[in-house]
Amino acid sequence: MMNIANAQLWVHDQDEALKYWTEKVGFEVRSDVTVPEMGDFRWLTVSPPGQPDVAIVLMAIPGPPMIDAATDEQLRDLLGKGLAGTVFLTTEDCWRDYREMSERGVEFVGEPEEQLYGVDVGFRDPSGNNVRLSQLNAELGR
Amino acid sequence: MPVPPSRHLLRAKDLADARYADPLTVADLAAAARLSPAHFSREFRRAFGESPHQYLLTRRLERAASLLRSTDWSVARICVSVGLSSVGSFTASFGRMFTMPPTAYRAAHPPAAQVALVPACVVRAWGRPQVRTFREDAARGETVDWVQPATGGSTTTREIEGAPA
Repeated sequence: MMNIANAQLWVHDQDEALKYWTEKVGFEVRSDVTVPEMGDFRWLTVSPPGQPDVAIVLMAIPGPPMIDAATDEQLRDLLGKGLAGTVFLTTEDCWRDYREMSERGVEFVGEPEEQLYGVDVGFRDPSGNNVRLSQLNAELGR
Repeated sequence: MPVPPSRHLLRAKDLADARYADPLTVADLAAAARLSPAHFSREFRRAFGESPHQYLLTRRLERAASLLRSTDWSVARICVSVGLSSVGSFTASFGRMFTMPPTAYRAAHPPAAQVALVPACVVRAWGRPQVRTFREDAARGETVDWVQPATGGSTTTREIEGAPA
């Protein structure tokens, strides 16, 4: 049987991303390992407190020689435009999370809105990654 | 590493998406991006392929289309609720971009949620007008954006059940 273990987001700065995802969003660090023999490659993963077995990899854009300079620039541009990835989160109380996370400085895009399937709102991380936070109606199972 | 420059432009885009119902101006969007209005409009168009004015108008029309699909509100109420003040202009803009009047659009598009559970952000992205013409731009001598309507099928959200949900 297969399981999803990690999914990756590009970030422009891992230190800033780590601070944001832990201190503002409220996630926990699952792994933070730097490998000197691999050019100080840093494997950095975070996930919600109640979900230790699935994590988001906060991956630095490696730049040359792993990615050529032109592609590196394109990737940074796409990241800044918010087109490099999206994470869909669910919660049992969207408004509560919205209020608590707003107080901690999470950059929400608008207020929670009623949808046909529940209540949801979007926010971004410092790099521009899009995150959707949805509270699904009971009949949808979560 | 520094924040990518386009990240500041994204703040303006997000502001248009979040506060389309308010009397937003291009100057408000420029302030969100921390750029002067003239420089901002150029940079926004370079990054996203349309002017801030066009982006805001198409967001408003996309929201109006969504309300037509999911509510029984009058066209006038929908017009005001998406930040537009003239029902005549709204109906004309809507007709140009969705190729039919608001009432006909409502009749032709029952809510997508009856068919598939599509997240709101996906609906917003994919529900934006596929056909875009801007008489305002033509009047100013700018290039008119014109995207040929998709052939071979409708572009309603019911067609995108395979979208990242």
